[in-house]
Amino acid sequence: MADRNFLRDFPIFHGNPPAYLDNSATTQKPDAVVRAICGYYGGCNANPHRGVYDWSVKATKIYETARASVQKFINAKSPAEIIFTKNATESLNLVAYSYGLANLKADDEILITISEHHSNLVPWQMVAKKTGATLNYIYLARDGNLSDAEISAKLTRRTKILAVTQVSNVLGLINDVKTLAAKAHEVGAVIVVDGAQSVPHIPVDVQDLDADFLAFSGHKMLGPMGIGVLYGKKNLLEEMPPFLSGGDMIEYVEEQDTTFAELPNKFEAGTQNVGGAAGLSAAIDYIQKIGFDEIARVEKNLTALAIGALKKLPYVELYGCDSERGNKIGIVTFNIRGAHPHDVATILDAEGVAIRAGHHCAQPLMKYIGQNATCRASFYFYNTIEDVGRLVDAVAKVRKVMHLD
Amino acid sequence: MLEEIYTELLAEHSQSAENRRALENPTLKEHGHNPTCGDDITLELEISGGVIKDAAFTGGGCAISQASTDMMIELMRGKSVDEAKKLAELFIAMIKGEVTDDAELEQLDEAISLKNISNMPARVKCATLAWHTLDTALAKA
Repeated sequence: MADRNFLRDFPIFHGNPPAYLDNSATTQKPDAVVRAICGYYGGCNANPHRGVYDWSVKATKIYETARASVQKFINAKSPAEIIFTKNATESLNLVAYSYGLANLKADDEILITISEHHSNLVPWQMVAKKTGATLNYIYLARDGNLSDAEISAKLTRRTKILAVTQVSNVLGLINDVKTLAAKAHEVGAVIVVDGAQSVPHIPVDVQDLDADFLAFSGHKMLGPMGIGVLYGKKNLLEEMPPFLSGGDMIEYVEEQDTTFAELPNKFEAGTQNVGGAAGLSAAIDYIQKIGFDEIARVEKNLTALAIGALKKLPYVELYGCDSERGNKIGIVTFNIRGAHPHDVATILDAEGVAIRAGHHCAQPLMKYIGQNATCRASFYFYNTIEDVGRLVDAVAKVRKVMHLD
Repeated sequence: MLEEIYTELLAEHSQSAENRRALENPTLKEHGHNPTCGDDITLELEISGGVIKDAAFTGGGCAISQASTDMMIELMRGKSVDEAKKLAELFIAMIKGEVTDDAELEQLDEAISLKNISNMPARVKCATLAWHTLDTALAKA
């Protein structure tokens, strides 16, 4: 396989970097992204949308160009449907608090899956408690995919919101969101898609999926931390009350009443993260230059190599690695018999391998699969076969270091 | 570095079953956990006349948290509540790197072997969990 050496594009990988296998937590940033952020702060930093002078006009242009770039990237109909937030968590909170509180009442049901990250779970618990709605869960089939029987049984006329991750951050399995959206719409529910783990790795077209809402973070797709996106269908966003209020999201403010700005500004209170938007826009350009076909090819190859090698170690247990649908991104979750994941991560760190250990912000899923915690190696396109080799070699040392063998 | 942490002593203590049980007549029971990593223990103490007569724990977690708990229980058995509080403070100070003098740390007995965890910020919480839990429990004694 003639991999392009992407590592040159990433300042953090110059020298002797560790095998960075925590890409589901956050990704590294290419030069182009760092330059875009520096270019904004060093070139035309000013508060957008307000000033009439040159820098402010340029800042506004950078910010709105980034919005257009996100719009094209996920094929939204209009830039008014792209709300910039801090991250996927804030995007999901926005939907829960604004749409959820305004539309749910007692006896309504919110349906989520047991694989949700806490960010697509806790806000719904809060909204359920405030409105009296019930929070229900779709459980998994044996292979880790959502159970079809569960979906049919639990998605009913009482369901008003189906909130589902497109890719589980623990199992790495891709859910068929398009089919789920159609089923949700059949019963009159809206579908909220957590795209934090999918948008960086697979093409996501909101019109093709017919998603009502899609949330994702910039920092998991080469962009900086502190910039995220909420996509919402225009007719839904227009009906929703503001989430945060204050400057920049208003039309007229009088002593007792306010009329709100048009979309998307209605949902963007206060000075926004222009530098973050510039970075995200550069990240999108970089991803598009590489292309999702290439990203998938590299990730699938590395994932198959890692799973194959880890399966040969009799004391390694893998989770979510048995799906026969080929619907897996580069996430390999595992445990070593007798070794706690935190000990594993410490030992791997000493070998220059960075993985995540813990509950991965998915405690209900951990409980469901009967583990307190797991180890997770997650790949992105810049990872290499050498990284996989370092992972496997280090895993093979763990039991010896811990005096278990 | 790793050899200094994952010693045979640590392996023995983390796998030892002797102190991993429920007490028949606990006078104090305290639950402690590290929400970010999932170490989770319940510490039981039998205190009479101001002395820790017996101690045991149930729960689970990484080797460092479990070995540290086990070492702590062996150290505390037979100690007065006041002595136990001081030892817990001393251990936490050692892991924070605030006390480094081996002569002073000798009182911690086998738990002194965890001293090097002060160089591993990511694992400090694992090592101190039991000792913080004990501290909370003894505040009620």
